[in-house]
Amino acid sequence: MKQRLVVIGNGMAGMRTIEELLKIAPDAYEITVFGAEPYGNYNRILLSPVLAGEKTIDEIMLNDLQWYHDHHITLHAGHKVAGIDRRRREVRSEQGISASYDRLLLATGSTPFIIPVPGHDLDGVIGFRDIHDVDTMVEAARQYRHAVIIGGGLLGLEAANGLMLRGMSVTVVHLSDTLMDRQLDSIAGQMLRQSLEQRGLQFLMATQTEALLGTERVRAVRFKDGLEIPAELVVMAAGIRPNIELAKQAGIHCERGIIVSDTMQTYDPRVYAVGECVQHRGQSYGLVAPLFEQAKVCATHLAQFGIGRYTGSVTSTKLKVTGIDLFSAGDFHGGADSEEIVMKDVARGVYKKLVLKDNRLQGAVMYGDTGDGAWFFQMLRDGTDVSDFRDRLMFGQAHIGDSGHGGQNSAALMADSMEVCGCNGVCKGTIVKAITGKGLFTLDDVRTHTKASASCGSCTGLVEQILASTLGGGYAAATQDKPLCRCTDYNHDAVRKAIRDHQLTTITAVQQFLEWKTGDGCHVCRPALNYYLIASWPDIAVDDQQSRFINERAHANIQKDGTYSVVPRMWGGLTTPDELRAIADVADKFKIPTVKVTGGQRIDLLGVNKQDLPAVWFDLNQAGMVSGHAYGKSLRTVKTCVGSEWCRFGTQDSTGLGVQLERITWGSWMPHKFKMAVSGCPRNCAEATIKDFGVVCVDSGYELHIAGNGGVKVRATDLLCKVASEQEVIEYCCAFTQLYREQGHYLERTAPWVERVGLSHVRQQVVEDAQSRRALAERFRYSQQYYQKDPWAERASGGSDAHEFTLLKEVAG
Amino acid sequence: MSDWIEVGRIEDIPRLGARVVRTPQGNIAVFRNAEDQVFALDDHCPHKGGPLSQGIVYDCKVACPLHNWRIDLASGHAVAPDEGQAAVHAVRLQDGRIFLSLR
Repeated sequence: MKQRLVVIGNGMAGMRTIEELLKIAPDAYEITVFGAEPYGNYNRILLSPVLAGEKTIDEIMLNDLQWYHDHHITLHAGHKVAGIDRRRREVRSEQGISASYDRLLLATGSTPFIIPVPGHDLDGVIGFRDIHDVDTMVEAARQYRHAVIIGGGLLGLEAANGLMLRGMSVTVVHLSDTLMDRQLDSIAGQMLRQSLEQRGLQFLMATQTEALLGTERVRAVRFKDGLEIPAELVVMAAGIRPNIELAKQAGIHCERGIIVSDTMQTYDPRVYAVGECVQHRGQSYGLVAPLFEQAKVCATHLAQFGIGRYTGSVTSTKLKVTGIDLFSAGDFHGGADSEEIVMKDVARGVYKKLVLKDNRLQGAVMYGDTGDGAWFFQMLRDGTDVSDFRDRLMFGQAHIGDSGHGGQNSAALMADSMEVCGCNGVCKGTIVKAITGKGLFTLDDVRTHTKASASCGSCTGLVEQILASTLGGGYAAATQDKPLCRCTDYNHDAVRKAIRDHQLTTITAVQQFLEWKTGDGCHVCRPALNYYLIASWPDIAVDDQQSRFINERAHANIQKDGTYSVVPRMWGGLTTPDELRAIADVADKFKIPTVKVTGGQRIDLLGVNKQDLPAVWFDLNQAGMVSGHAYGKSLRTVKTCVGSEWCRFGTQDSTGLGVQLERITWGSWMPHKFKMAVSGCPRNCAEATIKDFGVVCVDSGYELHIAGNGGVKVRATDLLCKVASEQEVIEYCCAFTQLYREQGHYLERTAPWVERVGLSHVRQQVVEDAQSRRALAERFRYSQQYYQKDPWAERASGGSDAHEFTLLKEVAG
Repeated sequence: MSDWIEVGRIEDIPRLGARVVRTPQGNIAVFRNAEDQVFALDDHCPHKGGPLSQGIVYDCKVACPLHNWRIDLASGHAVAPDEGQAAVHAVRLQDGRIFLSLR
């Protein structure tokens, strides 16, 4: 017989746990859910937009009644649970329905704290917690004029804004003199208050409520200082309390919340608890992101996998008031041992404060411009050392790309009809609708459902902003510590380490050793594993063609119509009349429709049929040309200017140096594409300062620049060092390339890699530590022995991999 | 049924790979998964017509080489939330020989 799982609480935490459980163990339990509200599960954090009239209840439903039916879950909606009998392992509702359990999940949430002033039980005095409260407020807004909100925190302000938009005259009463004082410092609080006042809200700061007046319905509020103002609706938003009544009655250990361990178990091991009702390591959470982390852990234990521990969450906050941009995370007050970086521009309505300790972010408050909130929050959670870029930290990551979104960098100011993702033509409105309509919470969710930011990724920052402003505290920013893909819980670094430490040399061995959750992996992990293996064991690992993306398997670039493009290598961008003649002959012979010069100083032959590739390569090989690797996660091109050989400004032989660098590095596989350039003087005609590795020649030697790129987001290089001779350029180049090959994550370009590990780390390994540099360069040369082979020559007419380029069969008509 | 056409042997297709059969009705991609099962679909992704035969094969799916739509090899359906279907062709394996039925 199936085990029985009973859930008390039909809210976001409880149902998220069930969803996670159904994903990993769909048949483990017979599930019964008791919910006090007469609905399915809805997105509680979107009640504010419903109150403001920007969304409807239907739009915020996460699991409708059909969902429970489809998953064979018994839902008692509208049933408040009266008691838990732990000895008989039974739960009983007020309506007299009872259910037995083998395991019990408490997800009772929290209740608004109703300040026990005289009159608190009058009609028209409510909290702001559920659909019923919203209905009451909407109804009151129709009949009455004056509303008073007690509490100027997140919830109070969202309620005030909603009621104001529904036509009421609203006064917010707050005990301290700073609004949202748990999230904002006094300057940001002040700016927020001014902008809300301009919208028409009224505030009574540092004011304590004494009594609510009225006979049946509330009519006025009186304060300690004797002031009395009219109010036909009073919303108590002075905080929430974990709802622990049932647990306490059942004798489960509680303090402020239900005490749970890292496995989300209460003191009764059969009883689990998640969400706002729990107290974990002394903390209770009122935001949704931590609940989801708890739900995930709890589900794995309910499924008896026994993996995963919840170790607490760092949270961030955004106010969901349309048009107000505000972000706060961590400890933003700081202490004696912390430092502050502050930027304030009142005229522009912008204020930012970062709190640092030992060069690590402790907290952040931002008002008016929160575009970098997700970036700061990620560094805060990851404990990133910011010393390398502390001077620029305040100005943000500028991680929104330079092109493709019309220069927009603030999602809050965008109209619904404006395009966010220029690759896939996705508008802001479409994204917001998917987030609310489909119950999405993460960047990955949005990418999967809307395709926004799923192609070039330049709009990722905007999409993150839209998520954050739509969900407020519900937005779960991704950490860098993400699993490699859905097939595993291990991240890139852990996988690489296992490959090295345990001498794993095949994809199957890695998958078995690390207990891959899928049989043969997927299109995401297999190419990554294949790269890590051949980079770690160039002499042993066998390059698995079936785990290569088609371009690297066919050694040409697939085009939209299924034909391929062919780019022969031209060392340093140099070519000869003979090579050009051979290219022209090939284009004629195979009727190649388009011949184009590339940005990397090469010639691209576009529209070649796959079956013709080996013959095309054969002809190009005959003329002395080899693969240009324009299709690979590999060394692409070394772009050069003419340098001292011809140019009147040239200081060194940039062309010759570029040819040497390309001769040494071609054929090497990398985590992502890798481009180089050598400019003969600081005029930099070869654009070396937007390359992965760039050399700028000067009269006294060579400047080495790293981690730049053009494209989606232009990033100028960082200066690595200056050297005096060509020999040094070559050694540093090999060492840097190898460091990237060994430490970059698959599909991570040098720019994000260097930003992740820090420029000082790279300098240390490549510049300061001569022994490390020599060893890196040596390992690079060793690997090149095995991989510096022309893949075209191996596959040219009559060569290997024939099956790749021939039809299985041609069936006549 | 006499319309089964022999198109090759199982070892002609690499494991976790595909080959193309050209027919008057268009190209058909014949896939082989890790368990040596074979599948046949129109070599045409329901999204933007990408050649599915060129994708990475895993489990019982192929990822289209153009935009990474994942297509179920048995049903031809795109993996949710994407929507669409590539036409499926009957295929069978007999003594290592692959037979395809054209519709």
